[in-house]
Amino acid sequence: MIAPGLAFLGDFGEAIKFIFQERESVSGGVQIGGIPELAGFTATHMYVSLAALAIAALLAIPLALWLGHLGRGDFIATATSNVGRAVPSLALLAFFISFVGLGYTNVIFVLVLLAIPPLITNTYVGVRQVDRDTVDAARGQGLTGMEIVRKIELPLALPSIFAGMRTSAVNVVATATIAPLANVQTLGEPIITPQTYGFVGQLGASILVAVITLLVDFLFARLQRAVTPEGVKLARPAKARRRFSFPTKRSPKQA
Amino acid sequence: MGDQSDRSTAEPLEFREVTKRYPGASKPAVDKLSLEVPAGEICVLVGPSGCGKTTAMRMVNRMNEITSGDILLGGRSVKDRKPAELRREIGYVIQHIGLFPHWTIAENIATVPKLQGWDKARIAARVEELLDLIGLPADTSSRYPSQLSGGQRQRVGVARALACDPPVMLMDEPFGAIDPINRERLQNEFLRLQAELRKTIVFVTHDIDEAIKMGDRIAILQEGGKLAQYAPPAELLMYPASRFVEDFVGSDRALKRLALQRVRDIDLWKAAAIRVGTPVTEARAELEDADVPYGMLVDENGRPKGWLSDRAMTGERVTDDVRSPAHPIVELDDVLRDALADLLSSETRYGAVVDKNGSLAGVLSLEVIQHFLHAAPAASPTGADLISE
Amino acid sequence: MIGLPIAQLQIEKPGGADDCVSSNGFCPEWIAENIDRYWTPLLEHVYLTVAPVAIGFAISLALASMAHRRRWLTGPVIAISGIFFAIPSVAAFFLLQPLTGLGYTTAMVALVSYTLLIIFRNITDGLRNVPAETRDAALGQGLTERQVLYRVEFPMAVPEIMAGLRIATSTTVGLAALAVFAGAGGLGAEILVDKRFKSNVVVAGGLAVLLAAAFDLMILGAQRAMTPWRRSRA
Repeated sequence: MIAPGLAFLGDFGEAIKFIFQERESVSGGVQIGGIPELAGFTATHMYVSLAALAIAALLAIPLALWLGHLGRGDFIATATSNVGRAVPSLALLAFFISFVGLGYTNVIFVLVLLAIPPLITNTYVGVRQVDRDTVDAARGQGLTGMEIVRKIELPLALPSIFAGMRTSAVNVVATATIAPLANVQTLGEPIITPQTYGFVGQLGASILVAVITLLVDFLFARLQRAVTPEGVKLARPAKARRRFSFPTKRSPKQA
Repeated sequence: MGDQSDRSTAEPLEFREVTKRYPGASKPAVDKLSLEVPAGEICVLVGPSGCGKTTAMRMVNRMNEITSGDILLGGRSVKDRKPAELRREIGYVIQHIGLFPHWTIAENIATVPKLQGWDKARIAARVEELLDLIGLPADTSSRYPSQLSGGQRQRVGVARALACDPPVMLMDEPFGAIDPINRERLQNEFLRLQAELRKTIVFVTHDIDEAIKMGDRIAILQEGGKLAQYAPPAELLMYPASRFVEDFVGSDRALKRLALQRVRDIDLWKAAAIRVGTPVTEARAELEDADVPYGMLVDENGRPKGWLSDRAMTGERVTDDVRSPAHPIVELDDVLRDALADLLSSETRYGAVVDKNGSLAGVLSLEVIQHFLHAAPAASPTGADLISE
Repeated sequence: MIGLPIAQLQIEKPGGADDCVSSNGFCPEWIAENIDRYWTPLLEHVYLTVAPVAIGFAISLALASMAHRRRWLTGPVIAISGIFFAIPSVAAFFLLQPLTGLGYTTAMVALVSYTLLIIFRNITDGLRNVPAETRDAALGQGLTERQVLYRVEFPMAVPEIMAGLRIATSTTVGLAALAVFAGAGGLGAEILVDKRFKSNVVVAGGLAVLLAAAFDLMILGAQRAMTPWRRSRA
C-alpha cells in the first residue's frame, strides 16, 4: 500500500521538479524542462487558443445573434452542435494534417472549427430564450431590428453566450494540447515526445495543462457571472449558478 | 347510476382546535380551527389569500403536518395511520389536476386501485364505470392527458379521486383554472354527481359566489387562519357574524340570497285573472280580493294578455281594453335573481308570474322581493337544491 | 513507468505500394484492401464508448437519486465533476497513470469521469422539471416518496436523461479517440499510426464520426420508443 503511494508522490514530485528545474533529456544531450522552456510552450499554447477563440467568436456570435433574432436557425443550431460533438478533435486535426499540412495556420483553423459549434448553439439559444413579449414590446415602441439585437437581445443573451465561450475555451485549450502533432509546440510537446522528455516530462506537462485549463474555466465562469445583468441575476438565482462554480462563502441554496 | 347511491361510504370529518405553525413564523397559518362536517356534506373553506384555507385542507391528508390539535376522520385521528396509507383513502383534487402525462387516462384513474392491489379486471370495470359517471366516452381511457381539453382533464381528475370510493374528498380550487363558461357547467355537473354519491367533501375556494353555490356549509377564514363564521349559505347571507364576514360576502349579499331562491318559493301577490266578457260586477269583486289594484286580462287558458284599463270595466261586461302589455312574464321556476333583473329592465311595477302551462299564477314586484328578504326563511336553500330540481 | 503509447511519427504505408499510396492521394483501392485493420480498433472504440457511458450512467443515476432527496448534495457533485470535466482528457490520461498504470483502466477512469457531469446534470434537471403539481397530486393520492420517484418522476424525466446520454455518447466517442495516450487502443491509435496518410485518416476518422452518429440515432430511437405519450399531442 505504501510503496505505490510513495511512488505516486514520487512521480508527481518529479514532475513538479521538471516544471521548475532544467534537467537532461532522456535521450541525452539536450536540456529540457524548467520555467523558460515551459513558459515558451505555454505562450504558444495560449496564443493559438486565444487566436482561435477570437476568430471563432467573431464569426459565430454575430451570425448566431442574427439567426436567433430572426428565429430561423433551429436546424443549424442543433445540427452544428451534434456534428461538433461527434467529430473527434484528433480526427479533425489528423485530417487537416494529412490534407493540408503542418503549421500554425492549420492548427488555428482546426481549433476555430472546434470552437464554433458551442458558440453558435449557446448564442442562438440565448437569444431565443429572451422573452418574446419583451421583444414584442420593444418592436411596438419603434425599435429597429438592429437596435433590438443590440439593446435587448444581446445583453439578455450574454450569460448564455459566455457559457458558450466557456465551453469553447475549455475545448480549444484542451485540444491545443495535441497541436504538436502538427509541429506547433504547445504544452503538448513534452507529451508526444516521451523519447526526449520521458514520463516525468509527460506528467509535468499534463499537470500544467490541467491547471491552465481549470484556470481558464474558472475565469470564464467568473466572466459569465459578471456579465449577467443584475435584474436577471435576481430573477433566476438557481439557473445562473447552474454550471460548475466554486462554492463561495455565500453558498447558494439549490432551488 | 351504479350501486353507490345505495350505500353511502361517506364519513364525518372533524377539525379539533387544529393549529399549523411554520417554523420561524410569528403567527400561525391556521389558528385553533374547530368545525364539524357531517357525513355526505360539502364544507367550503373560503377566505382571502393567505387565510390558511388550503393549508387547513392539506392537513386532512397530512400533506401539511398538524402542529397541534387533531383531525378526526370518521372518529379516527388522521395521525393514526402512515401518511401514504391515509391518502389512499382520501380523494384529492387540485387546481392544476396533476395528471401523469406519461400514463394513459385509464392508468391515471387506476393509480390508487393499483396501489391497493386490485386485479386488472376489477380496475378495468371501475375505470369504465367512472368514465361513464363523469360523462366522457369510453375510448378516452386509452388516450393521453395531453390530448384532452382542460375541462376534460378536470373531470378525469375527479374520476381519479373517486376511484377507490373514498369516504372523504379534498378539493383545492378544482375549477379555478377553467374558463367561466365551462366552470359553471362543471360546477353544476359536480353538484349532480354529489347528489348521487353524497361524499363528505372539503372544498377550498377564494370565490364567495362559488362557495355559496357549492356549499352545504361555509367556513369563512380570516387572515391568520381564524374561523370567522361557519354556517349554511343562507344563514351566512342573512346573519353575517362580523364586519369582516359582511365585507367578504359583499354588500350585495341580499342579491346573492336571491340567487339561491326560485320564484315559486316566495309569497307572491295575487292578481285578478279576468276573461273578456266577464260581468263587471264579478270582476270588481275579484279585484277586491286581489293584492294588485289592476286586473289582468287572460285568455281561455288563463294566459295573461295585458293589464286591464279602467275603461274596460265601465260597461256591463269586461272588454279587452288593455292599458299595458303583460310584460315582463316570469316563470315559477325562474331563479329569483333573474326575475328581479327582468323586472328592473322593464318599466312596469308588476311582473306576471306564470306556471308551466303559461297560466297566471301570481304577481311579482319589488315590494314582494323586499318582503321576502326581510322575512326569515322557512328552510335554508343551497346551490345543490337549485340543481337537483 | 515510462509510457510510450505513441508510435513513431514516421510516414508508414503498410500494404500496397502503388502510386496512389506513395503520392498520398485518397486511395479507394487501398481502403478496400486494408479495411480489415480497422475492425479491431473500431471494436475497441465501441467498448471505450459504451462502457464509460454505461458506468457513468449507473453512477449518475445513483447519485441523482440521492441528491433528489438531499438537495444539498447537488452542488458538491456538480462542482467536483465539473473539475474533472475541465481537465483535458490528454492531461487526465497522464495524471492517472501513476495511479492506474498504462492501459484501459486509466482510459476508463478518465472517460467515466467525463460522462458524470453531463449525465448527472441532465438527470437532475429532468427530475427538477417535473411540475410541482404533478408531484403534489402523486403524493396526495398516497404514493410514497420512493414510488413517486420511480413511477412518476423518472419516467417523466426520460427525454432529458436521454438527451444527456446522447451528448455523453457523442462526447465520449471524441474523447475515446485520445485514449491512445492512456495506453488503450481505439480508432485514435489507428489515426496516429499514420497521421499523414489521407486514406488512413479519413477512414479512421470517418468511422469515428459514423459511430457517433449511429449511437445518437439509436438512443434517439430508444427515447421515442420509451415515450409514447409525447408522440400524441392534442
